Formats: sequence, C-alpha cells, structure tokens
Amino acid sequence: MAGNSQEYIAHHLTNLTFGKLPEGYVRQDHDGNETVLTESTWTMAHNGQEAADMGFMAFHVDSLGWSLAMGILFCWLFRKVAKSATSDQPGKLQNFVESVVGFVDGTVKETFHGRNPLVAPLALTIFVWVFLMNSLKWLPVDLVPSIAHAMGLEYFKIVPTADPNGTLGLSLGVFLLIIYYSIKVKGIGGFTKELTLTPFNHPIAIPFNLFLEVLGLLTKPLSLALRLFGNMYAGEVVFILIALLPFYIQWGLNVPWAIFHILVIPLQAFIFMVLTIVYLSQAHEDH
Amino acid sequence: MNMNLTILGQLIAFAIFVWFCMKYVWPPITSAMQEREKKIADGLDAANRAERDLELAQEKAASQLRESKEKAAEIIEQANKRANQIVDEAKDTARAEGDRIVAAAQAEVEQEVNRAKEALRKQVSELAVVGAAKILGKSVDASAHADVLNQLTEEL
Repeated sequence: MAGNSQEYIAHHLTNLTFGKLPEGYVRQDHDGNETVLTESTWTMAHNGQEAADMGFMAFHVDSLGWSLAMGILFCWLFRKVAKSATSDQPGKLQNFVESVVGFVDGTVKETFHGRNPLVAPLALTIFVWVFLMNSLKWLPVDLVPSIAHAMGLEYFKIVPTADPNGTLGLSLGVFLLIIYYSIKVKGIGGFTKELTLTPFNHPIAIPFNLFLEVLGLLTKPLSLALRLFGNMYAGEVVFILIALLPFYIQWGLNVPWAIFHILVIPLQAFIFMVLTIVYLSQAHEDH
Repeated sequence: MNMNLTILGQLIAFAIFVWFCMKYVWPPITSAMQEREKKIADGLDAANRAERDLELAQEKAASQLRESKEKAAEIIEQANKRANQIVDEAKDTARAEGDRIVAAAQAEVEQEVNRAKEALRKQVSELAVVGAAKILGKSVDASAHADVLNQLTEEL
C-alpha cells in the first residue's frame, strides 16, 4: 500500500496505461534518475504524470482487458446456453439466461415500437455486459491491484465502467446507432428537417432550432456515459475511502456499502439499457 | 482521468459483442422460448379438448349404460312372460293329456266290466243248464232250450 492516504487514493484511481511518449520526453524512475527518450516510444506509463502526458495515443490496458474479459464471459455463457437451448424443460442455467432474455425482451417490447432486429440483442448485450463490468466493484478494492502489483504492474484499476473511456466508448456506439437509424428511417432530408425545423417551424428559427437539437442530440451519449461513470466512480471512491479507515471498522462500512451496490449495479446497467432503447426508439420515430 | 484510445477500443469491443449477441445468442434463445410458449399453449389446448372429450365420453357411457339396463330389463321381462306362457301351455297340455288318459282308462275299465259281465252271463247260463240237468237227472239239450237260456241270460 502506498504511503499516505492521498497517494493511496491517487494510486487506486490511476489506470494501467500503455501509450506513446513523445521524442525528447524526460522520464523519471523511482529513484529520481532521469532518462531522455531519443525517439517516441510506445511504453507502459510508470506514473500518473506519464499517463497524462501520453495524451490521446494511449490505452488503459486494465479497463480494456477487464471489459473484454467480461464481454467474452457474457458471450461464452450465453452462447453456451444458446447452443444447447431446448424448448423442452430447461436446465437451471438456461432458465436463468431465459429469464434475463425475457426481461430484456419485455422491456424492449414495451419501450421500442419500431421493428428492428438489432435493438433487443443490443439491449441484452448492454445490460449483461455493463452489469458484469459494474459487478467487478464487489471485489475488494485492494485485492486485484495487489495481485497485479505482485506481478510487477504498478497501477491497476479493474472496474471498466469507472473509467470515462469505458462508458464513453459504449455511449459513442449508441450515438452512432442513433445517427445511423435517424438517417435511415427519416432520410437525410427528414433528419435535417428535424434538426432545423423543430421545435419552431419557421425559417427564422433555424439557427436556434439547430443549436437546440444538436445540443439535445449530443447530450444523449454524454449523459448516458457520464451517469454510469459518475455512479461507478463515486462508489469506487467511497470504497477506497473506507479502505483507508482502521481495519476494525472497515467491514462495518464496507458491508452496507457493498449491499447497497446490489441495488446500484443492476440499476445502472438497467438505466443504460432503457435509455439506449428510448433513444433508438426516438430515432425511429418519424414526425 | 485521461481520455484516450481506450474509447475506440471499447467501441470496437462493444460492436463485436453486439454483433455476436445478435447473430449467435439472441435467435436460438428466443426461438427456443417461443417454441416452448407454443408447446405450452398447445398442451393447454389439448388438455382442454381432452377434458371436453372425457366429459362427452362419460355422458355417452352413462347413456349407453342406462339404455342397456333398460334393454336388459325388457328382455328379462319378456323372458319371464315367455316362461310363464310356456309353463301355462305345459300345464294345459298336461291337463288335457291327463284327462285323455283318464278317459281312456275309464273306457277300458268299462269295456273290461262289460266283457266280464258277458263272460259271467255265459257262465251263469251254463251253470244254470248244468244245475237244471242235475236237478232233472238228465241232460238238458241246450240247443233245445236255447231260447229259454237266452232269455235267462238276458235277465241276468
């Protein structure tokens, strides 16, 4: 564990970053020795400053790795059931998977009134994947980072949805689908008309309408991503703060907070799913 | 909190997972679910139909049972009637036969009596002749006194 609490928190909130450091960059190792890079290099960041200096050309290896792992877990589990799906008496696992699928399908049918074979699988993927990524938060905050530390990895932050990149990646996908289906269903003309002539159907109001509609459009993915990120990040910070307390009162706060997350984790996954369905439903509505 | 290529990585992973789910996960599971729903609906229908059929069959069985009972009763009644008839007929025949036999026997007895009477008459006349001869001490010519004898015989 790092020395003082501030370092500890900062340490736990830094991702394992692999990225490109520019030419001439001055690196500092633990002992304070400085080395100057002779050319731009792709490397693992040794501290938060380096990670920040890498700019956009960097990957959060931990976020990506864990989200891929959770996504593959989802695909593997559901594919396993799908392959052996029987219309006779289902087994326990099939029963469970079917209840999830039925739940998502019901929500989609209630909310989405167009006809689109993509929406329901999309909603299922979002719900289960986000749920799995969120549920990594139930692991004790120090467990995985200390294992990673033992393996020589300085930073490790396992919850991909507590990383704004992770949630923005998802909502960007949703955003692209919104744009795609808006244009596909309404046509470019219809979509443009929607952007420029609502809510005030008058040529004079076009700039105002455009501003309003584009703002509304851009708010969708942003709010989607930031809501999930905010909830998960805040929860994570609280877990880290609790971990700073003396060990004999940790469980007294940790346990209720973890129990509270039984509500928060599925709820956030559900909200992300429902809002995605609603946004896509709006994209399909022709005025 | 650095924004970087992780977004793109996440976006690509998202696209792949959604594609995988849409292609390989969703269709088999939902089709299995729909198939089961259909099976259950069919099963319930069949159960309803079977119940109705059972009711009908029970009704039919009950009515058949009732009918056959009636028929059986009728047959028994007829049989009884017929039996009585036969018994009566037999009684009548027996009675007639008995009467006939009795009559025949009576006739025969009468005949026998007559015959005996006849024979006795004959014997009496002979005895009379023999007796007369004994009394007279000589033989009586039976033929000579035939008319007397005959008269005697008649009187007996």
